[in-house]
Amino acid sequence: MAFPRINAASFWVSVVAFLVLISGAHIKGGSAISGWASYPPLSALPAAGPGQGLGMDLWLISIGFFCIASWLSAVNMLATILGERRAGMTWSRMPMTVWGWLVTSILSLLIFAVLLATAILLFSDRHFGSSFFIPMGDMIDGRIVGHGDGSPLLWLHLFWFFGHPGTYLAVLPGMGLATSLFANFTRRRVPGYRVMAGGMVAIGGLGLVVWGHHMFVSGMNPWAGTAFALTTMAIAVPSTIEVIGWLAMLWGGGLRLKTPMLFALGFLSFFIVGGLTGPILAQPALDSYLHNTFFVVAHFHLVMGMAGVFAVFAGVYYWYPLMTGRMMSETLGKLHFWISVVGVYGTFLPMYFAGLAGEPRHYDRLAGPATSFPTLIPLERGITYSGIVLAAAQLIFIWNVFASARRGRVAEENPWQASTLEWANVAEYGRIENGPYEYELQSGGERFHPQWETAAKEE
Amino acid sequence: MPATFTRNPAEIERKDPGTGGKPPLDRRPTGGGGDGENWGDHSDGHHGPRELLIRYRLGVIFALAGDLMFFVALVSAFFVRQSTGHFDVHDNYINDWRPLAVPTILWLNTAVLILSGVTMEMARRQLFREIDVMEEWLGMGRPAVKRAAPWLGATLALGLMFLDGQWIAWVQLTHEGFRFMSTDPSSHFFYLITGIHGLHLVFGIFALAGALIGLFTLKKIEYRQVAVDCTAWYWHTMGLFWVFLFVLLEFFQ
Repeated sequence: MAFPRINAASFWVSVVAFLVLISGAHIKGGSAISGWASYPPLSALPAAGPGQGLGMDLWLISIGFFCIASWLSAVNMLATILGERRAGMTWSRMPMTVWGWLVTSILSLLIFAVLLATAILLFSDRHFGSSFFIPMGDMIDGRIVGHGDGSPLLWLHLFWFFGHPGTYLAVLPGMGLATSLFANFTRRRVPGYRVMAGGMVAIGGLGLVVWGHHMFVSGMNPWAGTAFALTTMAIAVPSTIEVIGWLAMLWGGGLRLKTPMLFALGFLSFFIVGGLTGPILAQPALDSYLHNTFFVVAHFHLVMGMAGVFAVFAGVYYWYPLMTGRMMSETLGKLHFWISVVGVYGTFLPMYFAGLAGEPRHYDRLAGPATSFPTLIPLERGITYSGIVLAAAQLIFIWNVFASARRGRVAEENPWQASTLEWANVAEYGRIENGPYEYELQSGGERFHPQWETAAKEE
Repeated sequence: MPATFTRNPAEIERKDPGTGGKPPLDRRPTGGGGDGENWGDHSDGHHGPRELLIRYRLGVIFALAGDLMFFVALVSAFFVRQSTGHFDVHDNYINDWRPLAVPTILWLNTAVLILSGVTMEMARRQLFREIDVMEEWLGMGRPAVKRAAPWLGATLALGLMFLDGQWIAWVQLTHEGFRFMSTDPSSHFFYLITGIHGLHLVFGIFALAGALIGLFTLKKIEYRQVAVDCTAWYWHTMGLFWVFLFVLLEFFQ
């Protein structure tokens, strides 16, 4: 780490942000109710509902802290990746995990500052009588409260400039990690290393210019909608390159189905099933029907939410021996995986059909003309039961984490036969002279060249 | 490898044990040199003064890149807000933007800030003059500190003058009826932009004071270099931001 103290500060500021966030639930009126996107004018006016007073202020303060924390973390990550590499660690010898974190950090650096500025503008609207986001003649409870020509659309633009790349932050480190794990557990090199790394960079870069696809039905200029539709569909290209790269690694590879590998495969499965509906939602004509339905919920929970979470699980199972010196229980890990994967698909896959049937999200009760959904009730029950099963399965994981720390099998050195540097005994390596994934699967057994081995390679 | 004598190929061959690394300096005034990317040529595990300087510089530059996006967001909000309006009952497009007569003193403030950038750069360059740096490194005196301190002091004074000038501008505007707590979007933006930039400069003043104290208290020349160099990068960036913000406020009302 280039700046370990800044890294620690980033963590503790995040903790403060979290505490401020949950403190909202303990005050009069409760926490903010305008959702994570906090669209004004309802988020700008305390009269808009319980929780939109002090609760919303706490929400904004929490966001402010979190922006600063993410900014600090990104600065540290970038300075580390650019300046603290081992001798001989060229760009094309960096593990894919590092590539994932590199793109993530660049994105965080660029977007959290914008979110902070946006939150400050909204705070000013709430307390200092400005009208950046509150439109003229805005009415609440029949009373006119708007006093200037503010633009709620401006919030949407600024927020989604953060919000869209913000979702990529959740999945890009997972993409890097999954690539690493596939290489390790199939004992193969990463095919087209430069293309795979470049694909992640391209996903990050394109991610910065697609925010308008969240706003197709907001009254945005249709020409802008077309432009955002094109950039959004363009993301399918690098994403497909990544997926094809992963499938190529798995094709005919000797899969070692250890728990981390299972979770990485789960990541890939969700990424494909969720990602395939991306180009559908990217089209304004289709989105005007699907916008704010459960179809969208299914899409992003699979491609970003569950894929990201499964990558986190894969990372925990994979690096656990490094952190504790013990292995996590394989049996419990596999149980956790299989129940979770069934739970995830049971929860989120039916949402595609609920969304196609037109069921909107964000409602706790549907009444009036929307009561034409009784046919969906069995589907909804299935979703609920699956969600409960999915949540319960995480108890196995928590148990496994704590129990294995005490009673787990003691890990041998480099238990996954990995070749990247985090598994090296620091004392024993010098210059880096080979790539991160020099695994070779041969009939006589497997060989690999760890990056810390400076011995001359057999030619 | 240009720019420093700690990192030429001969040194790498000699496997500098890592003790007594010489501080970075440069016959050119940048003090760093460009080539940090040739990782094939780096020596093993040695982190000298040059790496120290580059590390902190990278940190400051990345932090400022994030800060740039912060101001970009404010400026784009400025342009959007300027053009938003509503239709009245006669279908006329009404817009509540009332252009602000920016106080003339801002021209003077801008000149002061640019001048402070010059003095800051002078201070920074004193820390990278080869002969002085060698003298300090060998412990034969502190010529670089003696040369840099007055320039840093001048920057500090000019910075305070700028902030005072901004305050005067605020007072003048308030007398003209442009208050922050009004319904005028243009004055909201004026106070918000100058206020947040001013806050950055207050932080910069603390950094300058810290660097000035550091010049006399930091034991090693390389740390003194880092303190002044990073403050300078921060100060220059804030000066540059101000020039853009000033043009925005003055000419794009």
